[in-house]
Amino acid sequence: MDVTLMLWIDAALTLMILSFLYRDNPFYKFAEHLFVGVSAAYLMAVGFWDHLVPNLLGKLFPALMSGVVPGAVGRSPDYYYIIPAVFGLLLLTRLVDRWAWLSRWALAFIVGGAAGFNLPRFLDSDFIIQVQSTMIPLVVLDASGNLIWGASFSHIVLVLGVICGLVYFFFSVEHKGVLGHVSRAGIWVLMVTFGAAFGYTVMARISLLTGRMEALGAWLGSIF
Amino acid sequence: MRRRIPLIITFIIGVVLITGYFVTRGPFNTLYESFSDYFAIITVFAFILGGGSLLKIHLKRVSSRAADWPYSVVTLVAFLVTLVIGLFKVGNPGGMGGEILASGSWLRFMFDGVYNPLSATMFSLLAFFVASASYRAFRARTKEATILLSAAMVILLGRTPVGAWLTAWMPESLAFLELPNLANWIMAWPNTAGQRAIMIGIALGVIATSLRIILGIERNYLGRGE
Repeated sequence: MDVTLMLWIDAALTLMILSFLYRDNPFYKFAEHLFVGVSAAYLMAVGFWDHLVPNLLGKLFPALMSGVVPGAVGRSPDYYYIIPAVFGLLLLTRLVDRWAWLSRWALAFIVGGAAGFNLPRFLDSDFIIQVQSTMIPLVVLDASGNLIWGASFSHIVLVLGVICGLVYFFFSVEHKGVLGHVSRAGIWVLMVTFGAAFGYTVMARISLLTGRMEALGAWLGSIF
Repeated sequence: MRRRIPLIITFIIGVVLITGYFVTRGPFNTLYESFSDYFAIITVFAFILGGGSLLKIHLKRVSSRAADWPYSVVTLVAFLVTLVIGLFKVGNPGGMGGEILASGSWLRFMFDGVYNPLSATMFSLLAFFVASASYRAFRARTKEATILLSAAMVILLGRTPVGAWLTAWMPESLAFLELPNLANWIMAWPNTAGQRAIMIGIALGVIATSLRIILGIERNYLGRGE
């Protein structure tokens, strides 16, 4: 595709979206609706070719798909894959009001699958491993038995920070007295975490903005 | 039947997947592998459902001449054109057997020329709104807002060359107060503590909710009525 044409389209769309900084306007609305249409179709097309064709159609109709799925040549059909095909089609019944209740069966598969996958995985990686990683010595000594102040302080911050943060999330008891103070410290720890996330988000967005400004610069450079 | 069968399906799938995670041999493991594949395939149908729903909503808006209906035409045309290009691999140098995003294909052009600039600019808009949100947070003058913004400033400055330059004059004994070192310390310790508390909290929530869903106590996903 012509590079100049790409630069012009890129610049026009960028300016249309940035025009929202002034106020909502028809150019922004046009770009916004274009984005919705293109991104939905893009995700559908990628999902179709990257997942449905090799994992479903390639298994059910290997002979038919041999030209587009490399591993399908000479393979016999796996009819068990009719099950996800039927459930997938049932999901689409949601588009027809009369048959929409059938989509619950497919939704039940998705919800049950998500619950079944997530329960052991979260239990393992986000609970047991995190608790295990917090079990660290509060007093850190070097090889000759001297106290390492910096490392000890950091370890205490980590352990107390996790405990205070968890107390803040513990809603079964009213946060009063000692618990109230600990919960308040938990909020401060969480604020530091949110601040760090906020800082990174700002950096990422500014980096994106810089990229857009560079694109506009390249477009202006192609004109003058 | 309209509510009981989905509950049975959820229970069977959930129990098989949990058991298959712990029992790595025999039929449970086979079922675990199969259900994992089926789960991935069915979730792709959700994209198709999303596309269908988008079509339905915007066609309705166009046919009823609702407010701003011409923009719905833009969405419909963009959606259908991109979909045809993507599904039939229009302009793909490798034909139907080529990579979906092959260099030179029309979908690649849509991705590089339309999708990428639009998404990057949309997200970069947030930089401006974040600046205004920070200003409002500063004005709030609460202890929590101050902690949040101080941490954010240390991270922002500590991760850029200007942060190192600003605190380069500090003596060796106070090197830990240099902004890059301070940013690293915040990321490694207090930030990890907060993240860990959140992760443990979320994990407990997910475990409880998953159990409620599998046992049929939580049924909101089925919607109301028969």
